[in-house]
Amino acid sequence: MLSFILRRLASAVPTLFIVVTISFFLMRFAPGGPFNLERPLPPATMENIMRTYQLDQPLWRQYLTYIGNAVQGDFGPSYIYKDNTVAELIGKGLPYSIELGFYALLLALIGGVTLGTIAALRQNSVLDFSIMTLATMGTTIPNFVVGPVLTLIFAILLALLPAGGWGDGSFSFLLLPMIALALPQLAVFARLTRGSMIEALHADHIRTARAYGLPARIVVITHAMRGAMLPVVSYLAPCAAALMTGSAVVETIFTIPGVGRYFVLGALNRDYTLVMGTVVLIAIFVIVFNLLVDLLYGLLDPRVRHD
Amino acid sequence: MSSRLMRAAAVALLGSTLLAGAPAFAETVLHRGNSGEPQTLDQAQTSINIEAFILKDLYEGLTIYDAAGKIVPGAAESWKVSEDGLTYTFKLRENAKWSDGSPVTAQDFEFSFKRVEDPKTAAKYANILYPIKNAEMVNTGKADPKELGIKSVDDKTFEITLERPTPFFLELLAHQTALPVSKASLEKNGADFVKPGTMVSNGAFQLVSHVPNDSLVVQKNPNFWDAANVKLDKVIFYPIDDQAASVRRFEAKEMDLVYNFSADQIERLRSAYKDQVHVSPTLATYYYVFDGREAPFNDVRVRQALSMAVDRDFLAKKIYSGSQLPAYSLVPPGMANYGEPAKADFAELSQLDREDKAIELMKEAGYGEGGKPLNIEVRYNTNPNHERVATAVADMWKNTFGAKVTMSNLDVSSHYAYLQEGGKFNVARAGWVADYADPENFLALNLSTNKTFNYGHYESKEFDDLMKKSYAETDPAARSKIMHEAETILMRDQPIAPFLTQADLWLVSDHIKGWQDNAANEHLSRFLSVSE
Repeated sequence: MLSFILRRLASAVPTLFIVVTISFFLMRFAPGGPFNLERPLPPATMENIMRTYQLDQPLWRQYLTYIGNAVQGDFGPSYIYKDNTVAELIGKGLPYSIELGFYALLLALIGGVTLGTIAALRQNSVLDFSIMTLATMGTTIPNFVVGPVLTLIFAILLALLPAGGWGDGSFSFLLLPMIALALPQLAVFARLTRGSMIEALHADHIRTARAYGLPARIVVITHAMRGAMLPVVSYLAPCAAALMTGSAVVETIFTIPGVGRYFVLGALNRDYTLVMGTVVLIAIFVIVFNLLVDLLYGLLDPRVRHD
Repeated sequence: MSSRLMRAAAVALLGSTLLAGAPAFAETVLHRGNSGEPQTLDQAQTSINIEAFILKDLYEGLTIYDAAGKIVPGAAESWKVSEDGLTYTFKLRENAKWSDGSPVTAQDFEFSFKRVEDPKTAAKYANILYPIKNAEMVNTGKADPKELGIKSVDDKTFEITLERPTPFFLELLAHQTALPVSKASLEKNGADFVKPGTMVSNGAFQLVSHVPNDSLVVQKNPNFWDAANVKLDKVIFYPIDDQAASVRRFEAKEMDLVYNFSADQIERLRSAYKDQVHVSPTLATYYYVFDGREAPFNDVRVRQALSMAVDRDFLAKKIYSGSQLPAYSLVPPGMANYGEPAKADFAELSQLDREDKAIELMKEAGYGEGGKPLNIEVRYNTNPNHERVATAVADMWKNTFGAKVTMSNLDVSSHYAYLQEGGKFNVARAGWVADYADPENFLALNLSTNKTFNYGHYESKEFDDLMKKSYAETDPAARSKIMHEAETILMRDQPIAPFLTQADLWLVSDHIKGWQDNAANEHLSRFLSVSE
């Protein structure tokens, strides 16, 4: 088990290296640079700036410098948000994104699995159809529509909840962005659960359990659920990584100070170091959550053993 | 939703309702929307107006803009200008203090200006202070910072010598790049002098906290020389770049002020919030540039015809819902030392007459229907409004001349990088916002020597000579006359076709007192107050 974890973590190093290399060069091939603004800078000023940030050096040297610093945990200064280093920006924003993402994940997972199970148990009933219709809407209506509509109703018309911001971090500030963030994922979880639950309910061991006269609740929760959870768990990793590294859309709509928007802002402003920092962050989250899910798999499915 | 979550949500809902009912704090707080996250709070690095709004609340320059957008004394209580217009002697206020209680001295200004011009600082707006003697030499590494034309005569007397007379120099000193930094604080804290808890400032407010993309809080500076007249205890800046989100937060009464919102919201907001919606013409021009290096755009008749065929009223009213105004001159109206700008001669004609004349000119030039085919590619930076303008303009050129118009767009960095680096094009969108309220700032864009901003590579000796003359002229009235002549030539040649004078859009809650719209778009929080 421990050697499995260590092996996986060791294989993460070349993965990260490749991710960093590809994104470094992709960013540099985009036209323009961090200091090409709507208001162009005089050539002398531009020269001063390029020299200060060592952008006047050959690309290969910039790359080596970057890798050398990154290995030591130094992701450089942000070119756009000059008062902060990339590490500071991510360090300040990440707690907000993780907290919001965690609640959204919880809501999506619990809500989605519950609804999916109910739909599977009442297959082809009105309840099933309504849940699945809702799930389809959840995936098709983008959160840049859901977010403003929620704000319009609860913040502006009813004046019950704040329209945005993190405020003091109390639940009232989190509720609307959490729903907007969770809804599409909740829909995916509901559909996955329904499908695999229907399959599980027709499995031989479930029929046997029923034949023994076990109560329906026990059959579903202890026996069917275990098998039905496998596809849900495999979706959990990319979903958790996506939710906890922040969503640029939801953070923008609800003006939340998370890290999600840095990826988009960084790319648009050609803030090379900021983009690289967020790329590394997302890659780490994906690697870690994939590892966790693989471990979870071992618990759920006795056929999977990590040694 | 599970029942536990539901309960938690209900409790939270109840909690927030109770909180909302609690009595307001005794302190006066202005919730000020700012349309984006400041990139820096360092006066040497700043380049955008959302930073200026914050910095000018924190620091006070030698001159400032009052609530009406007029230049008035700031940290300097008075100044004298020598006969030849080359030497400015500023008397600093005796009671001007930093937020740590130490006095604001001439040495602080001397240190700050040298820092901006030092090439090692790599200040983005170093050129704002280029009128100072040797500033450009220092900034380009050709002279030592010691040679900069500034001098602390004594603790409270600061003397500036200029390279040449600069009638708008007092305006330049009100730019955020010319704000002072505490020499003692910078020497002690280095790059961290911008951080909350460390920053020492001399303005009406001091920095309390800053959470990027959430809020930046400043509170009244008790050491400010005019603290008695500052009515706000605290200003919270909300750096919201999503215009729709700021409007929602204004509507939810979470913000008192919103800077910039989408023009298509004007009508709806006007009907809901009446005179809380402010449309304030500003010193900014929206224009198209013709690439004068190649046919057919090197033919003045083609440029005139294309410019005339654009119905500016349509652009202003239909696309911008009246949030921008039709423009026929490069220099926007409202410039104190210039008066009415020199408009293109077709401005007086009706749009129908302009079109007739345009068709005639185009025929003379030999393009369009019955002549050589007229193929035009319009380039613009990606933005829904610019796309609408480009589509409308393309349609006008198609209908008037039978032109074949294609469009292409790039994100803002790539678009301007392409133009600055001398990339070839047909027609490109550009915009210019004044750095300081003087026509020179706009006209100089078209000098043949201006390698960066003269995107269309316009070359006119007549224009260049007039501009050269204007730089040498010290009499304001004569100088203004020369610049009018230069602009007349520019508007005759139409290397650029001005379309619109831009406006700043503000939502100003009716709780706010002391607000005045002004073309300089200067709104220091110290002149505002909030009523219950």
